Order: sequence, then structure tokens, then C-alpha cells
Amino acid sequence: MPMDANSLTELGVKAIRDGVAAGDFTAREVAEAFNANVAAASALNAFIVATPDHALAAADAVDAARAAGEALGTMAGVPIGMKDLFATRGVQTTAASHILEGFEPEYESTVSANLWKAGAGMLGKLNLDQFAMGSSNETSYFGNVISPWRRNDGGNAALAPGGSSGGSSAAVSARLAPAATGTDTGGSIRQPAAFTGISGIKPTYGRCSRWGIVAFASSLDQAGPMARDVTDCAIMLEAMAGFDPKDATSLDLPVPQWEAGLNPDMRGKKIGIPREYRMDGMDEDVAKSWDDGIAWLKDAGAEIVDVSLPHTKYALPAYYIVAPAEASSNLARYDGVRYGLRDLPDGAGLQDMYAATRAAGFGDEVKRRIIIGTYVLSAGFYDAYYNQAQKVRTLIAQDFAKAFEQVDVILAPTCPTAAFGLGDKTSDPLSMYLNDVFAVPASLAGLPAMSVPAGLNREGLPLGLQLIGRPFDEQGVLNAGLALEARAGFDAKPERWW
Amino acid sequence: MTESTYRIQGATGEWEVVIGLEVHAQVTSNAKLFSGASTAFGAEPNAQVSLIDAAMPGMLPVPNRECIRQAVRTGMAIEAQINAWSRFDRKNYFYADLPQGYQISQLYHPLVGEGSLMIEADEKAGIAEPKVIGIERIHVEQDAGKLMHDQHPTMSYVDLNRCGVALMEIVSRPDMRSPAEAGAYLRKLRTILRYVGSCDGNMEEGSMRADVNVSVRKPGGELGTRTETKNVNSVRFVMQAIEHEANRQVDLIENGGTVVQETRLFDPNSGTTRSMRSKEDAHDYRYFPDPDLLPLELDEAFLADCRASLPELPDAKRARYEGELGLSAYNAGQLTAEVEVFARFETLLAEVARSLGKGEKDVATAVANWSLSVAPGVINALGDEANPAHATAEAQAAILKMQDAGDISGGQAKEIFEIVLRTGREPGEIAETEGLKQMSDTGAIEAVIDEVLAANQDKVADYRGGKDKLFGFFVGQTMKAMQGKGNPAVVNQILKAKLDG
Repeated sequence: MPMDANSLTELGVKAIRDGVAAGDFTAREVAEAFNANVAAASALNAFIVATPDHALAAADAVDAARAAGEALGTMAGVPIGMKDLFATRGVQTTAASHILEGFEPEYESTVSANLWKAGAGMLGKLNLDQFAMGSSNETSYFGNVISPWRRNDGGNAALAPGGSSGGSSAAVSARLAPAATGTDTGGSIRQPAAFTGISGIKPTYGRCSRWGIVAFASSLDQAGPMARDVTDCAIMLEAMAGFDPKDATSLDLPVPQWEAGLNPDMRGKKIGIPREYRMDGMDEDVAKSWDDGIAWLKDAGAEIVDVSLPHTKYALPAYYIVAPAEASSNLARYDGVRYGLRDLPDGAGLQDMYAATRAAGFGDEVKRRIIIGTYVLSAGFYDAYYNQAQKVRTLIAQDFAKAFEQVDVILAPTCPTAAFGLGDKTSDPLSMYLNDVFAVPASLAGLPAMSVPAGLNREGLPLGLQLIGRPFDEQGVLNAGLALEARAGFDAKPERWW
Repeated sequence: MTESTYRIQGATGEWEVVIGLEVHAQVTSNAKLFSGASTAFGAEPNAQVSLIDAAMPGMLPVPNRECIRQAVRTGMAIEAQINAWSRFDRKNYFYADLPQGYQISQLYHPLVGEGSLMIEADEKAGIAEPKVIGIERIHVEQDAGKLMHDQHPTMSYVDLNRCGVALMEIVSRPDMRSPAEAGAYLRKLRTILRYVGSCDGNMEEGSMRADVNVSVRKPGGELGTRTETKNVNSVRFVMQAIEHEANRQVDLIENGGTVVQETRLFDPNSGTTRSMRSKEDAHDYRYFPDPDLLPLELDEAFLADCRASLPELPDAKRARYEGELGLSAYNAGQLTAEVEVFARFETLLAEVARSLGKGEKDVATAVANWSLSVAPGVINALGDEANPAHATAEAQAAILKMQDAGDISGGQAKEIFEIVLRTGREPGEIAETEGLKQMSDTGAIEAVIDEVLAANQDKVADYRGGKDKLFGFFVGQTMKAMQGKGNPAVVNQILKAKLDG
């Protein structure tokens, strides 16, 4: 089946992999098609650097392997976008910060190495919120990512693609890549996926190695795939995950065969609906999509059960203590001494160099979180903030554990609203933080959680539904996602304006 | 327990000194605490730095099991509580020798809890009785790198070779009351570390250093404010620092001042301390649990393995030397103070017992005397001419065997050993070839004695008339006639029989 370049970029991970394996098209044709889309989409600013040669080289290797009759990997021939938080050997790795501008690591992150081993190639390094701190991709040193989506009001207001994996979400929904890596600390895969009408899963904490990923908040950071559908997420997560002795928090468990285990039959499954997530003044369209989701899963055979997660309201405050605390320490290494930016004013001593380098190298949001984190860890405040937040974290995990005695998977909205306009929330950090109110609890508890597109709101913008599972039960989450996906019938995509 | 009588004599009377030590001991391990980089001493600057040590973006620490094992074994050696659940914390501060911007340490939940060690009585040092010194905790932490200020006129260079090397911080209770007690504590601790093999105790290379906490008070009164003198790197310097610091504090208080809680530095050239930073500008280290690391949980099998791998420890060995081998307290103390010393002693003891077909207890005193006094005397006298490699247990046992059989005298044993040390020749061959054997043939000795007595009839008469002291004269004459080779015991016996008979 010969295909033109436009049709190729409509394909997802599974279709590309299977098509390459079947000889319907070559991996090189796929890479060239996506490289072309990347090159033509600079208006979206989704990529910090494009790496067409990397994608082509990987594709050629796959084509050669196929020609030689060798076994192909599970991602063979699939070019992907790599969030610029993953260290990639010889390719600039910045975390979207000035302080790491020009930094080319001599090492490859475990997750990206796993993907290359599975036969994937890299289209480029994707833009993100600086050090993954943000929910709209407006904190990048390399400029905002513009969502490919627009409201159906005929206006052309630039919308946020979500964050922090905003380059990833924009690239996948705009067909610049069939899939991309994301990282999720407090919703950074799920919220941008929801904003752009794609799927994304954050696995159980420890499934994906953190080795080689620029750290934001170590106890929360998890890598995961962002792709057009649930099956593609399952395939890609399987390639990314695995025990890594170089990460002491890595799960020493075999990687389940999630793709083979996909099954949308929900008969005998119980789906929990957390009452605390239904808030006063909830966005009507979001509430409706949640009800749709409940109906769809019921239709798939699931039993719907009301559950309570009583400490939900403390999750966001606890998150905004724990994550900045860890970040304030994790980011201490960016000091101008060994790599990255160094600002050394005339006659400056060591302390002056630190101050100048970090003042010039970090953006406002990063500085804000370093200051918060430093404050909550300081003598006299540690117990009141950090220790208290850790207790809340334990209570939230207990809430989930209790709920999972009754149900298999929890269903909730991914975000309180659809995508907002760029600039709408930048002057009010708290309202920006509130965007992650539904995403953060699963992060604090380390649970697998996924966002799946549910439909469009009245403005024509995508809404996502979130599925949260038991620890290690990515399969349950993916299966429920698949059941939703089949009934949501979501096939909307942004009209090309870029 | 009698309290120390060490006092500072102030203008207002006597002052008692209260001392606690925090010893940083480098863990013996090929790799660093959280990275695979080598820990060998003396490498080119920055030759032993992993991506983790340099705190490259995205790098993560992974605990080195061997370092944990060594710290646990050390804890067991001081009979401390081992915490099967412990955790690493980050100590945050900025400095150029600290690439991560934090040191991974253990503040809240250390690996090793309460333990103790005993220092021996030492009359000369004013330690009247053995004393137990409490040890509050041992925790494991990373060392920092080293700044070099002499490489460039305006810039400092950083060497990260030490960065990330595992240290044990061994924190004593403030149980010491004199510089001598502190010195004895440090030496005993070093001995234990060397026995266990968890630290080489080499203070010159920086693998062991102490932070010295000192305060003064009127005897038995309330504790005073303490100062902490950082990074003192020899036993002597620790004792000097305490003495200086205690006197400084007494002078300060008696002149109407108050001691401020502060960090001080020791100057080895002057033997004095000076202020480094006061409590007011102390860092706020913002300790919190390291989120890159899970809590450290030790299972029973691991702990059992640590325990089973412990050697006989100094106190037990010393007691066994006295009790089972019948050695004097002094000899037992000397022989057990250093690993190398007891190791050589035990090897030689086994060899001598085997070659004589006797029990170790029967030869222990002779071997101890040889090991502690005779052999070192010969070796020291020879200086550079001695080749220590020749001093094998086999050779020494051969000498002791000849001596035990009466074939050679003590003096000959030394002479033979001297030749062994110079040449490596076999002792029995030396004795033969060099004529270094004593005569035990009673007939021959009798003949010589008869000649001596015949030539000194007058003295024989004097002796028999009551001048007992002349016995020595006859022995001397006999030995002289035999060129010193007569077996003294046989000579004595025959002389006595002939003179008294």
C-alpha cells in the first residue's frame, strides 16, 4: 500500500511499526515525512532543536535490519520526539533553561537508550517548561510552545499546550511526531495530553529509570509516553520501562507485556468515582465529559462505585511544598563551576559567581520554586512545612489504598478546564498551580495514571479523562483507557494553521 | 570509675575539661559511597571522578554495599546498636568542592546507634583505671573534593578525587576529661578500625581526622559552652588542640568573657586554635531525606554475614593473651595494639609451637619476649642493613628452637638473627658455619673447669671459705676459656658441683 507523506504522518506508533515490518513503506520514508513536518512547524515552537539525522540514521538501521531478515524491535521505524529533559549523547540537553544552554551530555538517559534499542529514532528535542516547572509551557527560556488547537470562535488566540510536556503534546497532536516522551512530576504528562487531545500515561513511580533525566523533584518524577492512542502508549511504555541498577528508586520487577495484555472488556471491573473531585462551580463541560466517561465504562461492563479520597484538598498544598523542596536541592548543582552557563563578573569571588550565574541562568518560575523550597526546608520551618507535607502525602496514599480495596481503577477528569490562553494565568501562579489539582494526588501516591481524550468542549477544545490505578497496575489503567477510547470515538485534530 | 584528675589551674581555682570527638574515618573500599569511581590515594587530580561525583545533570547515587557493610561491621565492633532501617539525608550548602550542592549524610536515622569502647589504664598519662567512652552514633556520608589555591595566581582549582568517598562519622559522647583520655580514645578507636579492616586509620593521608568538641566547667558543675575545632589530623594535634582550647576558655571566662559556640581551626605550627565561623553565621543546612535514595533496610542474612566476618577484637584478644597464653598484662597490651604486631606474633607463635611440638601456652612467653624486645632490638640496631623480608616466621622459629634446645645462647640467637636479616641465610647453617653454637658436652666442660680451678687454687680456697660472690668469677673464667660458647646452665651446674662438692 503506497502512501504519501501526509498519510504517513497520520499514522501512530503501532501502524508505523507494523507497516514498516510488513514492507508497506520504509522507515526512511516515515522519518522523512515527519522530519518535513517538524521543519514546517516552527510557528509552534515545539522543538528546541531538530535532529533529522538522528531520525534518518535510526530509520536506515531498521530498514537495513529488515532487509537482512533480522528481528525488529518493538518501536522499529518509529521516529519520536524527546522531551529536552532527557540527556541525549552529543545532542544539546537544556531542560529549557539558559543555565544549560549549549550543554551536550556525553551520556544517554536510560529511557532514551531503551527507545533507541527498540528501534526508535529521534526527530528532535522538545520544548518544555523550564526544568519541567509549569503547566502551560510559558516558562521555557526558548519561548512559549503554541498549541496547534484554536477555539472554534473564529479567533486566533494562542492557547497553551499544557505543561510541562508542552512541546511533546503540541508535536504529537500537530502530527510532527507519532509519539513523544514526557515526564510527569505533578501532572506534566496528563495535563498537556488532555489539553491537546492525545493520550499519555505516567506509570507507577520507579517503572521508568530516572537516570539521565534532569531532575525536578526526585520522589515524584516519572517518565512516560505521550501518543495518539492508548495502544501506542502501551507499546512505547513497554519500550521505555525496566529495572535500572543505576537508579536506586527503580522498580526491580519485570516489565509486563502491556501491549499483548490490552483488553477493553470491563466486565467484572469496578470503577471508583471520587466524590471529592466533584467541586463546587466545576466547569460544566468537564462535568459532562466525566459523566460521559462513567456511562462509557458502564457500557463496557464495569460497575461504578462512589469512593472517597478525603485528603484530596491537601494534595496540592503538600505538592507545592515537597516538589519545590526537592527542586531547591536538585538544582543546586547548576552553579557555573563545571558545565553550562557561568557568569563571572570582574573581580567576582565564588559566591558572586554563584549568584550571578543562577540569577542569569534560571527563569522566574524556577527561582520562585527554589525560594519556596529553600524556605520550607529552613531551620524552624522544616517541621511545619516539609514534615507536615510528608504526613499529608502518607494520608493521600492511604486514601487511595483504601479506595483500591473497593475498586480497580479510579475515573476523574484530568484537568478542571480545557486549555487556556497563553498569558491568561502567568500573572497569577496560584491559579496556574490549581490546574494540576486533579493530577497531583496520583503523583504524590506514586500511582499509574493516564489521560485519554474524551471529547471537545463547547469551544471546540479537547477534554481529557483521567484513570488512576493501583501500584504496578498500568495494565488496568490502559485497559480502562482503551474502553473509554473505543466509546469516546475521539477523532478530532487541530486544523493546520502553522 | 574514678574520675580524671586532670585540671586546668585557673586564677579562680580548678577547671574540669569536657571533651567529645567526632571522628571522620574513610571507609576501606575500592569504590566511592554512591559511584563506581576509584578511591585509591595519590592519583592525578580529577582522575577518579565519575559523572555522579561531578553531579552531571540527571545523575543518581546508588549505595555501595561494601561501604555499608564496613560501617555495620565497625558498629558491631564497638558493640553498638545496628539500625536495620536507616536513611540518607541531604546536607545542603554551596561550595566549589561540593558539586551536588549537598552532601549525602545521615542526620535523622543513622546506620549505627549507641555503642562504646574502653580505654586502658595508663598511670603515666593520669588514667588510673580503664574507662568506658560512650559512642553516640556512627553514620555514613560522602567526603567533599579539595580546593587547590596554589595552582594559579588568581584562581582556585578543584580536585574531585576525594569527592564522594565514603566516610564514617563516629560521634563520641562528651565522656573524656583530659587530653590523655582523648588520645587514648583515638588510638583505641584506630586500633579497632584496623582490626575490623574498615578504615586504614592513616591520619597523614587524611583517612582519619577528628572534630574536637571542648568545654570547661568547675569540677562537677554545669556543662559549659563548647567550641568545635575542625579537621585535626593526628593524635598529638588533637591533644594539643584540647589543651590550648581548654586554657583559652578558662582564661576567657576568668577575664570576664564568655565562650561562644563556634567552629575553630587548629594551627599545627603554633599548636593553637582560631575562630573560623561563629554560630550566627553558621549555615542552615536544610537537611531533608534524600529523595534519590530509598531507606536502607538491612536483612538478617546481611547482618549475620557482617557479624561472622568480624575478627577477634582487641579487648578479647588481650584477655586471651593474658588468660590463655599466660602473658603479662604489659606484653598482652603491647602485642594487641596493632594488627601487624599481633599478626606477626601469632604466626611465629604457631610456628614455634609446631616445630617444638609444644603447646602455644608453653612457648608464648618466650615468643612474646622475642617479638617485643629481642627481635626489634636487633632490627633497630641494624637499621637499613636489615632486610625485613628475611625475618620469616620459619627462620625465627628455627633460632628459637635452637635456643630452646640449649644449642645456642641468647647472645648467639641475636647474632644469628642479625646474619639472617643481612643475608637471608638459614639459621642452622649460620650456627654451624659461623661457630655460633654453645658447648653442652659435660665432659669437655668439666675438663675446662678443672683447668680453671687448678689455675686459681687461692680463689677456690676463698670461695670455700665463704666468699660466695667468687662464683661469678669462675663462671667468667670458664666462659672465657671456652670463647663464650659454653652452655651457661651446664657450666653453672658443673662448677657448683665441683666447688661445693
